[in-house]
Amino acid sequence: MTRKKNSAGKIIVALLALLWLVIAGAPFYFMVISAFKEQFEILTTGVFSIPKGFYMDNFAGVIKSQFYKYLLNSTFVVIVSLVLILVTALCAAYPFSRFKFKLNKPLFGLVVAAMAVPIHVTLIPIFQLTQKIHLYDTIYALIGPYTAFNLPISVFILTSFMAEIPKELEESAEIDGCGKYRTFFHIIAPLSKAGLATLAIYNAVNMWNEFSFALVLTQSAKSRTLPLSIWDFQGQYNSNVPMIMAVLTFCALPMIVAFAIGQDKLIKGMMAGAVKG
Amino acid sequence: MQSTKSLLSYRKRNTAIAATVFLIPVFLFILIFIVYPIINSFWLSLHNWNGISSNKVFYGLENWKTLATDTVFYKSFLNNIIIVILSIAIQLPIAMALAFLLDTGGKKLNFLKMVYFLPMLMSSVAVGFLFKYTYDPQFGLISAVSTLFGGEGMVDLLGNPKVAIYAVITVICWQYIPFYMVYFLAAFSSLPEELYEASIIDGATYGQYFWRVALPCMKGTVKSAAVLSLVGSLKYFDLIYVMTQGGPNGATELMATYMYKNAFQTMQMSYGSTIASGMFLVITLISLLTLRALNGREEA
Repeated sequence: MTRKKNSAGKIIVALLALLWLVIAGAPFYFMVISAFKEQFEILTTGVFSIPKGFYMDNFAGVIKSQFYKYLLNSTFVVIVSLVLILVTALCAAYPFSRFKFKLNKPLFGLVVAAMAVPIHVTLIPIFQLTQKIHLYDTIYALIGPYTAFNLPISVFILTSFMAEIPKELEESAEIDGCGKYRTFFHIIAPLSKAGLATLAIYNAVNMWNEFSFALVLTQSAKSRTLPLSIWDFQGQYNSNVPMIMAVLTFCALPMIVAFAIGQDKLIKGMMAGAVKG
Repeated sequence: MQSTKSLLSYRKRNTAIAATVFLIPVFLFILIFIVYPIINSFWLSLHNWNGISSNKVFYGLENWKTLATDTVFYKSFLNNIIIVILSIAIQLPIAMALAFLLDTGGKKLNFLKMVYFLPMLMSSVAVGFLFKYTYDPQFGLISAVSTLFGGEGMVDLLGNPKVAIYAVITVICWQYIPFYMVYFLAAFSSLPEELYEASIIDGATYGQYFWRVALPCMKGTVKSAAVLSLVGSLKYFDLIYVMTQGGPNGATELMATYMYKNAFQTMQMSYGSTIASGMFLVITLISLLTLRALNGREEA
């Protein structure tokens, strides 16, 4: 009896799995397949149909356009902010996870509270700050906000990661005459590599796709990032849907590759956040 | 005696100095880009200013009075609440089911995991555009499916004020279910292996294992997922901005899009700041109440 129920359950589960595969995959299929079509082909043949010939001009057009500038901007801002986030989070997680001092809990609480602050509350003041220091409409304007808004969660995840490093290592280092700073550089930092890798993937995906700050703090094509390129391309190729689909495909590609490589690390990182949170 | 005491206080001071050095960078970022803007936002809300002219006129609570009677703001808040409720009700159960499936399926389902996670890797802008075309009455996916089932096509979901918000919520769910799926998957895989083995040996079915063993162990995770979803839905912006810009006729207006329009499109910086500050108060209040309610029940 239980066996029968079990197999019926399995069929339902398998159906669900298949259904979700279609739901999650269909828009992607639509995107990629449309990118290979000619401009009017999408109107004359069905949406699901395989393109007549694999028409590469859309992709060629994207590569020839300003696309590479957006790509460079995105790459630059993600790498610089990522380095800042990782270094700062590493420094902050060390005292939070290993030191005993009075303000430890309240300060950590402040970091956790910062995680919940909606970025839209800060848009107007940061917009004005950026104008005041003459960084408005430059790619540098994005580094500060990107770093600041990804830091709290990074510190949070890294602190719980560091708390797992055995205390004995640190103690024996101290007995051997290692100060707090040497312990940090020679023991804690190297042992946190796995945690940092997780944070790198997690934050890179976030910043690669960030929209609100990029929309408000930049204006011209020379300083905009990939998510906004889609916007500008839409203005340019107004009704050329396959062309825009080619742009979308290009934008999503790097993160899909990164995820395929670092899948397990990302999940482990979320585990640190999920279980402790 | 004297020397151990001074050694102790020396070490204490040493720790305090080291902690300060290590913590300065993170708090610099938080102060400049998070704390200062929040305070500044409230300060601006007390003025009348367009963002350009040099004279800020002190305006007292006038902006707040306007906000208190602003029907568009109430409408946006209600839309946010609809998103909160539907997001939690739709995303979490589906994400849970998918995570359980992936967890019991093990490594051979890695391909599924990959595809399931795809939506999470795209930017909201890309997702927004993709679905704008998917929903397109002329050549979109939805119209195509409707003709497949004998409909007449030309389904314009985003243009219809009655259904536009649900059409957008569908996309939000599509985008965020993978996030909660991974979140739950991580929690499932951190449950001890013995728990699963013991229940199966005792003759439990997968269903029984899920309902009676795994789910009760994950109470905390489900709670924090619900809080994450709540906060996320209250500050929602990107997708709506890309897909509908709050339209048609304000049907999908949210607090964040309304704030953006006031501050950066009609250049009413001070009223924009008032909406932003109001949003901050609303979100903080709701999150605190929710956290309290959730934790309170646990203690009882």
